[in-house]
Amino acid sequence: MSFEPKILGFLCNWCSYAGADLAGVSRIQYPPNIRVIRVMCSGRVDPEFIFDGFEAGIDGIIVMGCHPGDCHYLEGNYEAEKKFNMVEKLLSFVDMNERVRLEWVSASEGNRFAEVVTEFTDKIKKLGPSPVKDTSKAKELLNKLNALKMSAVSYRLRALVGRERAVTEQENVYGEKVSLERFNDVFENAIFDEYIRNRIVLSLKEDEKSVKDLAIELNMEPSKILEHILILKGRSQVAMDKIVGITPLYISTLEE
Amino acid sequence: MPDKKSEEKKIGVFVCHCGTNIGGLVDCEKLAEYSKTLPNVKYSEHNLYTCSETGLAAIKKAVQEKDLNRVVVASCTPRTHEPLFRECIEEAGLNPYLFNFVNIRDQCTWVHMKDSKAAFEKSKDLIRMGVSKAEKLEELEKIIVEVNPTALVIGGGVSGINCALSLNNQGFNTFLVEKEAKLGGRLKDLYQVFPSDREASELLDELLVKVKEAKKLTVYSSSKLKSINGFIGNYEIEIEQRNHNINLNVGIIVVAVGATSYKPLSLFNYNGKNIITQLELENKLREDQIEANDIVMIQCVGSRNADREYCSSICCMTALKNAIIIKEREPNRNISILFRDLYTPGTIYEEYYRKAREAGVLFIKYTPDKQPIIDKSVVKVYNQYINSEISIPFDLVVLATPLIANNDNRELAQLLKVPLEENKFFLEAHVKLRPIDFATDGVYICGSAKWPADISESTTQGLAAASRAGTILSHKTIEVEGATAYIPDWNKDLCKGCEVCIKICPYNAIVKDENNEIQIIQALCKGCGTCASTCTKKAIVIRHFTNEQILSEILAFGGEKVA
Repeated sequence: MSFEPKILGFLCNWCSYAGADLAGVSRIQYPPNIRVIRVMCSGRVDPEFIFDGFEAGIDGIIVMGCHPGDCHYLEGNYEAEKKFNMVEKLLSFVDMNERVRLEWVSASEGNRFAEVVTEFTDKIKKLGPSPVKDTSKAKELLNKLNALKMSAVSYRLRALVGRERAVTEQENVYGEKVSLERFNDVFENAIFDEYIRNRIVLSLKEDEKSVKDLAIELNMEPSKILEHILILKGRSQVAMDKIVGITPLYISTLEE
Repeated sequence: MPDKKSEEKKIGVFVCHCGTNIGGLVDCEKLAEYSKTLPNVKYSEHNLYTCSETGLAAIKKAVQEKDLNRVVVASCTPRTHEPLFRECIEEAGLNPYLFNFVNIRDQCTWVHMKDSKAAFEKSKDLIRMGVSKAEKLEELEKIIVEVNPTALVIGGGVSGINCALSLNNQGFNTFLVEKEAKLGGRLKDLYQVFPSDREASELLDELLVKVKEAKKLTVYSSSKLKSINGFIGNYEIEIEQRNHNINLNVGIIVVAVGATSYKPLSLFNYNGKNIITQLELENKLREDQIEANDIVMIQCVGSRNADREYCSSICCMTALKNAIIIKEREPNRNISILFRDLYTPGTIYEEYYRKAREAGVLFIKYTPDKQPIIDKSVVKVYNQYINSEISIPFDLVVLATPLIANNDNRELAQLLKVPLEENKFFLEAHVKLRPIDFATDGVYICGSAKWPADISESTTQGLAAASRAGTILSHKTIEVEGATAYIPDWNKDLCKGCEVCIKICPYNAIVKDENNEIQIIQALCKGCGTCASTCTKKAIVIRHFTNEQILSEILAFGGEKVA
């Protein structure tokens, strides 16, 4: 039997959901793989939902909102785009970034809705089943996805996403504006750092480990790992458990 | 309502056949049976039309007899029918927010017509998702807002004037804003109007006298909208009139901005002299300046083509009317009408066609692949009935050009946050069920702003918009959406006061109070939910679209975590 992917769509009530209805009214046919969750605005789509979806074995996720400038809530779709960019970058660490899509579909674009869904479904069919379903890799991948989700809900990344438009589009009290390039540099580093930090936290939850153990596990320089450990200690997310010989072992203090 | 969380969930599922729209493709009885196997579903049935009186009675009966406390309807789309079902369960004694809609028609059976098996499976998934969200639904209170019994009508053409007059007559203070110096819109440019054959100026004068006499109507001419804030019942409007700003407070807004006549600058050698548009012909008729003896009218110029696929709807009648006027004045003049299809709908308009034929007007059908060609003093056109090209001499060519959307529609649409359709006309909430409403509450649409409309149609729509507006303005208060953002008491400690939500809220609904705590002003919140998905501490909850509710839908589709 051919692979029929599970596609999840988050559609904003005002444009995309109406566009999807119009495709129906116009009887425009498209593949039956998509299941739609209606939200009032694409800005409502918490990055966390995307990771929840992949953890639940969904093969592809598409977020649709109003075209720029047309948002029923003025600017929710711009915020959706910022969040989506972060999700895409996070997913690139596990090679799943091609399984998400952000599209603008208006209430009058029934045709376009059907085209986008058809094209995205075909693409996911070509990519094949989500790697989460591969039982030999599932455990490791789910662990990584969990670290990604923790990063997506972390204070630091959410604060950066939430402030992106304010700091790059408006001047601060000193009349300075951060260029988008500079912001993206900072943001990209932050995304990677948070991902690694959450991998460390999750790893230490399983077992106490030394910096060297972690460096091997995550394939990184021990000095880099130590930097992260110090920051995580500062955040009270990890603690030193004991010293064996001259090697300190760390544990996660993360509660369930 | 946390104290109700322990209450047993009893969900009723109603699967609608929608005649054959759903039932013709998928087995609704089996869907209803399947629903019974889902967690917390205590009752299910299938109805020929759940939205019919019988269907609604069945819901009420089941709610009372089976003691249901959640209702799920699987049928068309929440965009048209959610209010009806919410009202229904409210009448049955339930909070209207304990209802959930599952769209198995517009987004399922209508779009997978060739694969009934897949459509059936998809319907099952969608019902399962809908039931799992329903289980998590909570009672909500609607928010009561006061209504300012004042109307704003944008555009002083025939639809706008009629709308404003009707609102005035209903007793509401009304502001009529017109961007040009004089009221009248396209009516100012016309000679006689069909089907009354009265002079447009006479009609307009009558309307203007009524405008003058209207005690509650204020006209702002040469004025343009600058900003719109607020919500249904309470809009704050800023208009600019000759370089100074005026602030108006209104309860509802009607869009009656009309349309623009298309100038065919590069078509059929248009020159505005002996090759003119129907609109320019109207002026010549009024001034009685027609000297031409051989007149050729060409229909569908710049419409029903790749650039503009739509039919402008008024041009066939305009051509017939003008041809008859010319023939009546001087029967010996030759008039040929080159048309693609001649549309004269209704009980009166066909009479114009008959009259024109009787007067000797010649009708020649052309096809889009063989367009008429203007060659010096003749129009060459291929006549399919005699299978050859004929040449018609002319001294006047009249081109029927379409009404097109105003070029400032986009700007206004963005101010109002309402959608445009692909030709940049305004898009109503639903073409059949809510033709005069926008999807946004408290904003209405009439006349050619929506689609090219003739005088009687524009008048009808103007009056319709006024009566739709009256359903809001006649109330002192109305209920607005209760699905807003809030910080529940049990989340208060989470908030660290980072203020990201304050900056991100497009409605300035989030503030810090005197205790330095974040407050969400309920009447200003429109429930978009962007603050919750941005909140750095996940403290904000969106009623009716909570994280738990959305997660339950995701898991109901995907299945529990794979591992």
